[in-house]
Amino acid sequence: MTREIICTNCPIGCPLTVEFEDGKILSITGNTCKNGITFGTNEVLCPKRTITTIVKMENRSGMLPVKSASELPKERIFEFMAIINKVTAKAPVRCGDVIISDIGGTGIDIVATKTVE
Amino acid sequence: MEHKQLIIIGGGPAGMSAAVSACNEGIRDILIIEREEALGGILKQCIHNGFGLHKFGEQLTGPEYAERYSDNVKELGIPYITETMVVDVSDDRVVTAVNKEKGYFQIKADAIILAMGCRERSRGALNIPGARPAGIYTAGTAQKFVNIMGYMPGKRVVILGSGDIGLIMARRMTLEGAKVEAVCELMPYSGGLTRNIVQCLEDFGIPLLLSHTITEIHGKDRVEGVTICEVDEKRVPKKETARHIECDTILLSCGLIPENELSKSAGITLDRVTSGAVVDGDRQTSVPGIFACGNVLHVHDLVDFVSDEAEIAGKGAADFIKGIKEEKETVEIIPEGGVRYTVPQKVAKGEGASLYFRVADVYKNVTVALYDGENLIAKKKRPKVAPGEMERFEIKPEYLENAEKLTLKLIFG
Repeated sequence: MTREIICTNCPIGCPLTVEFEDGKILSITGNTCKNGITFGTNEVLCPKRTITTIVKMENRSGMLPVKSASELPKERIFEFMAIINKVTAKAPVRCGDVIISDIGGTGIDIVATKTVE
Repeated sequence: MEHKQLIIIGGGPAGMSAAVSACNEGIRDILIIEREEALGGILKQCIHNGFGLHKFGEQLTGPEYAERYSDNVKELGIPYITETMVVDVSDDRVVTAVNKEKGYFQIKADAIILAMGCRERSRGALNIPGARPAGIYTAGTAQKFVNIMGYMPGKRVVILGSGDIGLIMARRMTLEGAKVEAVCELMPYSGGLTRNIVQCLEDFGIPLLLSHTITEIHGKDRVEGVTICEVDEKRVPKKETARHIECDTILLSCGLIPENELSKSAGITLDRVTSGAVVDGDRQTSVPGIFACGNVLHVHDLVDFVSDEAEIAGKGAADFIKGIKEEKETVEIIPEGGVRYTVPQKVAKGEGASLYFRVADVYKNVTVALYDGENLIAKKKRPKVAPGEMERFEIKPEYLENAEKLTLKLIFG
């Protein structure tokens, strides 16, 4: 099977052609750097995305921006959002502080992306 | 009158980067004036990632990128004031501002860097017919509601315009439980970055309707729906294609306009295409000692390039203050044939510059060429160019030696 995808690893957005069969990559073309190979492989076999969202602050007005410390499986995004939406954070928070550890058993943390004194 | 060596108007990514750059060049008597409560500018509400790939070699979110610079500003001890609105800049570099503590006050500066950013094109500027119900926002306003204040502007959304903020908000609203019915784009191509179309629309099955526009807004108190139409190649709606989409919210992502009221009050010459100042390689405007950088100069796609440009302006202003910059003859760069504009618009002889430019349409397999009259000076091949993605072209000092003006254009085929 062949899939045409656009590499979104960086803003260049190379058009990749990925040939695969039975969960194995046969070839990837169209990439201009080696990141394209990794992206094409993951995108076809197990697509992942970084989640960026917000959580409510208990003791400050406004929201705390958070992100997943690394990429999470794309098809479970709404499940992760439901978990994040139940959580609140308390200042002071440092950028990088863990807000939820091991979300959904993935081993990946949700961390703050802003310092609030 | 109070005096500062350097006043920077705007504490967003451009203002902060310019301040750090000028400070590193030895200028200490600096003041950043920021309208909002904290440094960071629009990055504060851009909680998505993808910032910093060029500058830091990693994917940062907007607040993280802003914090790297605001930490830097604080470590260097660069003075800044917030919740202060600059209301006037004069051509002899007097800045008039207002805030709660000092009321109305004036400061004289040796040099000024304009870093006020841009604002969104509003419904009023778009002339969409129909009723005037609640529920119509610019994408950036909705972004502030959702990401900073924690309010959802609506449940069923139609987005007009496929600029990056609109695409980002399509994903954001979807993640927070809204249904985004469609993104309508008047042009036959999107004005946003390809990766945003993939990650914000395709990932969630949100239709991108190219060559479509909203022809009527329905609803009395609240938006109840829109009529959308396909448009022909002259962008005129085809009536027979009209269809109704039910929705309670409309987000507008129809372009950004540099915020240049202050530049106008200082008598700075503006570029009709960019709506920003005409500048030289140091980002100095037509008024000596006043520099401009970031989205107030021309709208950027990537903040990394804003930071780069602001570093140039910061160094330019520092050199101006130190008086080491003698006035040099400049060579004008004329955009032609597919090139809409270049920034800078002129380059001093003896100096090189990275020209940023945008193209007028999507083109494949083009050559970007620099001409002196009929003579080809330099060229570069590009497999694909699009209006949504800013391009770069290096001007070497030797290109300028015997030139009066140079032309940058695209050669097709």
